[in-house]
Amino acid sequence: MGSGGTERVEKFSLRNAYGEALLELGRKRKDVVVLDADLALSTQTARFGKAFPDRFFDMGIAEADMIDTAVGLATTGKLVFVSTFAMFAVGKPWEQIRNSAAYSGVRLNIVATHSGISVGEDGASHQCIEDMALMRIIPNTTVIAPADDVATFALVMQMAERQAKLAYMRLPRPSLPRVYAEGEEFHIGKAKVLRVGTQGTIVAAGSLVWPCLQAADALAGEGISVGVIDMHTIKPLDEGPVLKAAKRSGFIITAEEHTIVGGLGEAVSSLLAEKLPTRVKRIGVQDRFGESGSCSELVEFFGFTPESIAKDIRESIGG
Amino acid sequence: MTKTFDIKPDQPPAELIGQLTAKARKLRSDVLRMLAKAKSGHTGGSLSAMDILTTLYYHVMRHKPGEPGWPDRDRFVLSKGHAAPALYAVLADCGYFPQEHLDSLRRLGSPLQGHPCMCTPGVEVCTGSLGHGLSLANGITLGLRIDECESRIYALLGDGECQEGQIWEAAMSAGHFKLGNLTAIVDKNGLQIDGSTREVMNIDPVDEKFRAFGWEVINVDGHDFSHLLSAFKLAEQEHERPTAIIAHTVKGKGVSFMENNLIFHGRAPTSEELKWALAELNE
Repeated sequence: MGSGGTERVEKFSLRNAYGEALLELGRKRKDVVVLDADLALSTQTARFGKAFPDRFFDMGIAEADMIDTAVGLATTGKLVFVSTFAMFAVGKPWEQIRNSAAYSGVRLNIVATHSGISVGEDGASHQCIEDMALMRIIPNTTVIAPADDVATFALVMQMAERQAKLAYMRLPRPSLPRVYAEGEEFHIGKAKVLRVGTQGTIVAAGSLVWPCLQAADALAGEGISVGVIDMHTIKPLDEGPVLKAAKRSGFIITAEEHTIVGGLGEAVSSLLAEKLPTRVKRIGVQDRFGESGSCSELVEFFGFTPESIAKDIRESIGG
Repeated sequence: MTKTFDIKPDQPPAELIGQLTAKARKLRSDVLRMLAKAKSGHTGGSLSAMDILTTLYYHVMRHKPGEPGWPDRDRFVLSKGHAAPALYAVLADCGYFPQEHLDSLRRLGSPLQGHPCMCTPGVEVCTGSLGHGLSLANGITLGLRIDECESRIYALLGDGECQEGQIWEAAMSAGHFKLGNLTAIVDKNGLQIDGSTREVMNIDPVDEKFRAFGWEVINVDGHDFSHLLSAFKLAEQEHERPTAIIAHTVKGKGVSFMENNLIFHGRAPTSEELKWALAELNE
């Protein structure tokens, strides 16, 4: 590990893991129902649809109708998963999510794919970098961003176990290197402390966990001690590890493939401001829209490579 | 505006019509008292929907007020959520919760929120923001279909509400999925906050729009119980397609000075107006 780009590392699809998890749930439970809005092949829900056609509904390109239909299904006791691209799963039907799903308090799972700027060539209209903020500000929601396919599968299974209300999971379009060994256990709301550092700690979510680990390892090679926490559940935020890291390292870096406004960075900053004032640096999209480009170009442009993250931290620490 | 009703109503027993008429009059009084006490809320649309709700809850729907979660119940979704006072009056009168609760409408801590909320016994799902109810009803219908449950689902929409695009997404879905157990009723009172529906944003011909999406459509007089009873019976006999009952109504129905009076769309009667209104209703 350490230096070098991500090209040579084997990558695994998070969407594929979601499709697998749905299939397993469908086999295990008769109450699982899945809805999609004409993107079932991309989101991987089509596999569930093929296996369980009576419990799958393609709602066409009508996301507001899809969310409310899902809420209606949930009131009849169904365990519902709703999927489409993040932009259209949260951005378009936000009011339906807020007023029908969350306010009604029904158990409902929204798993959105194609989140973040790594969507690539389709450009800003399809690069949802506001979804975690939009979901976080609604009462009684859970917001999840898994770091790899192993975490995705485990956390989707966890979503199914919960009796709680509205849960949102965001998945990126590209495959990602594995952070975890197969079979790793996850608990919603319980962060993973992956590295412990004394000069700073990165609190990362989703696609940025792996590059942050790479950055931390590279910095360690230079004698800079930086910790890494995988905050796969952005809400409710696992406060303990963040406070502990702030106390130990005195400097917190947040990292998310999301706008720095309203997401993980702000959640961590709010926590620290109230409970343990600590210097924070927020890595993410700096309050701007995305744009077209290849995935790797964009990841580099927005500063999400291990090298770029390491440089940011090195400069912040003054090493 | 000329109304054309495409129904040949049965002749229901005079006794039934008499009972429903008396019940609707009592419920209208409850609504007005509740609104006057709350000093806020939507009067006109609650009164226009009253005969539809009365027909549903006192003759058409199978439900058990003592067991709101009874799995085989028919479901009702008040998509035009601002008519909550009408629904609350019905639910209290049926026995879902004590009649005294009506006095707490819109007050802090009340189980009767300004718009329907699942915290109220008998309310199936939260509504109030317009355009949601038909999709919610579709979802309930699909869920019950998976369970092979025979329950019927009723959604009451406003005519102004039909300007929301989501209503037509849902109309498309219901037609596509052939939701024969679903009945939508449009409370077509012709008025919305800014004026007449025709002038603000014309939705007509609303019946043909539903028909185009694969619905069975019946135009009725929404204040004539023989029309309403026959329309619901026809809807129940339709298994392949959802049914839309376009109920031609009068906003503020039942109180002369409130009828077709825009002022009473979103305003409660004053104590003086309440006195006059109750006197009229109890004549």
